[in-house]
Amino acid sequence: MLPLFHPLMQRLDSDFDIDQDDVGFESQDKDIIPAKHAYEVDFTVYSPEEIQGHQDKQIAEVSNILGQPPEATAILLRHARWNKERLIDQYMEKTDEVLERAGLGDTADAHPPRLERIPGFVCDICCEDDADLDTFAMICGHRFCVDCYKQYLQTKIKNEGEAARIRCPGDGCNRIVDSKSLDLLVSANLKDRYQELLTRTYVDDKDHLRWCPAPNCVYAVDCRIKDKDLMRIVPTVHCECSHFFCFGCSLNDHQPAPCSLVKKWLKKCEDDSETANWISANTKECPKCHSTIEKNGGCNHMTCRKCRNEFCWMCMGVWSEHGTSWYNCNRFEEKSGHEARDAQARSRQSLERYLHYYNRYANHEQSAKLDKDIFLKTEKKMTQLQNTTGMSWIEVQFLDSASQALQQCRQTLKWTYAFAYYLARNNLTEIFEDNQKDLEMAVENLSEMFEKPIDQLQGLKVEMMDKTAYCTKRRIILLDDTAQNLKEGKSLVRSLVLVTCTNQPLGQWKFNVTLP
Amino acid sequence: MTTPKRIIKETERLVAEKVPGISAVPHDDNVRYFDVKIDGPSQSPYEGGVFNLELFLPDDYPMTPPKIRFLTKIYHPNIDRLGRICLDVLKSNWSPALQIRTILLSIQALLGAPNPDDPLANDVAQKWKEDEKAAIETARQWTQQHAKA
Ligand SMILES: [Zn+2]
Ligand SMILES: [Zn+2]
Ligand SMILES: [Zn+2]
Ligand SMILES: [Zn+2]
Ligand SMILES: [Zn+2]
Ligand SMILES: [Zn+2]
Repeated sequence: MLPLFHPLMQRLDSDFDIDQDDVGFESQDKDIIPAKHAYEVDFTVYSPEEIQGHQDKQIAEVSNILGQPPEATAILLRHARWNKERLIDQYMEKTDEVLERAGLGDTADAHPPRLERIPGFVCDICCEDDADLDTFAMICGHRFCVDCYKQYLQTKIKNEGEAARIRCPGDGCNRIVDSKSLDLLVSANLKDRYQELLTRTYVDDKDHLRWCPAPNCVYAVDCRIKDKDLMRIVPTVHCECSHFFCFGCSLNDHQPAPCSLVKKWLKKCEDDSETANWISANTKECPKCHSTIEKNGGCNHMTCRKCRNEFCWMCMGVWSEHGTSWYNCNRFEEKSGHEARDAQARSRQSLERYLHYYNRYANHEQSAKLDKDIFLKTEKKMTQLQNTTGMSWIEVQFLDSASQALQQCRQTLKWTYAFAYYLARNNLTEIFEDNQKDLEMAVENLSEMFEKPIDQLQGLKVEMMDKTAYCTKRRIILLDDTAQNLKEGKSLVRSLVLVTCTNQPLGQWKFNVTLP
Repeated sequence: MTTPKRIIKETERLVAEKVPGISAVPHDDNVRYFDVKIDGPSQSPYEGGVFNLELFLPDDYPMTPPKIRFLTKIYHPNIDRLGRICLDVLKSNWSPALQIRTILLSIQALLGAPNPDDPLANDVAQKWKEDEKAAIETARQWTQQHAKA
């Protein structure tokens, strides 16, 4: 099977973003959602109807040029994986070969597909040999009874999700079942599914189109980011269905960490999860009285029910210290290199370092879920409050905004820790960590307010709205700064290798790993 | 459920026209389940071994390929520890016009021509590429150890 993306297939000389072959086709009929910040990319969201429209338009155009009927043109285009320039070139050069390879050789209109009864015929699939057996064969001559042919197509379409390149059921035959034959053999409801699958292959075949991965979402996103640029751009796109996802890898939004780091990180977490059971640790002991505490809210400020000890969930340190000294639980203080001389100490330190970042990463992931639960509960209580205090539905919307901001910020914070894990220290790291600290603090404050009893929420409204706006602003600043620096690492990314080197020019990220 | 004509015909033919070095016998209580024996091809590290496999015809056979797996331990880059086989005709190149006998012949051919570039057992394939001689020797030893009739 051919990979849809292969970095080597990209022209290395082209500057990034614009796919020369397709300019104008998909982009002219709909507004691109323009990028405003360094961390944003241009993209367009398309409905299934629009995608169908693109296909029809291209088919009509190429049909004119080749002088082939639209059905045949559609097969040719799908066979050429919608690369119309290449198709036209090759067609002009060696028409017969192109037709043959697409399964259209010699069909001609002289042989419209039809069912036949052949005396003495035995179907190789079902072994039936009745005299009144209806049979079917394409021009390749591989003849089977019509029931077997139908069942074969049904299996291909329904169970295997194939459409554009269904081959003849004959062993080793490469002829592709054309749409006229399909029309003859396939039931109406299967035809709908077939059309749907054909539409899907169009998106699958285009490097700059991707389906929104949200369950049951029917939209596709167009984004002209090249694979090789994924090292310095994190192309988060926003579907009509409201889902944020990465165009590069289809995972949920993972800014500011580039796809390859995310992949590495997730792999690492998966590999390490078996040896370390702390992953699922959703409970901790109170550092003072050692009673078990379950984290039941998104906030990190914990108060032990038993001894009233206030501590930080992340570092287990006393909470009051977080208030007076700066909020310094986002940073792993690198220990001096001397300590790590002996191999065991080094591996222990590397695990400790990993755990530091992992725990913060996992914490935000967990908190984001809890914040969501809390919002559901709060929503219920707010309805009661609306009834008792007379606040209107509009007036309680600030909670919805806060909840959304919290989740978005936690999503970002989560990935800042994976990002930071791979960063080598330099001036940029300091700025990054300051930004991270700032955002984290604001998020924890907002989260804490969010968990206040319902009767206090009304009084906190203005403060919460301010905090929400502040969080959103800090998130943008962090993402913008990081994305800017990633982009400027251009010369290094060009060589496709980012390594730790001692004389790193200022203003570039230094990673502890070699990236592809 | 009555047995499809296709399965009856195939089974009859497997008995009537024996393929050298290959046998497939259906269970008395399940016509879709076969005990298979394949002789290791000559001039291969599997020569002299007799390999047991199980073969099952799913409900939608022959629209989908038979399910088949080695029961005898075998050292081969395209066969994994569970005896599963990496063979194109059992996957993307399956055609409903193919039969049990053709599949078994393909498997026998695969024993004669291991393909470490399309591996299922990655560690074995790795060995095969690094040191083919040693890998073949291991395959021979395994055959002696596990596939002796
Ligand atoms: Zn038939
Ligand atoms: Zn054919
Ligand atoms: Zn969507
Ligand atoms: Zn990604
Ligand atoms: Zn306590
Ligand atoms: Zn802390």
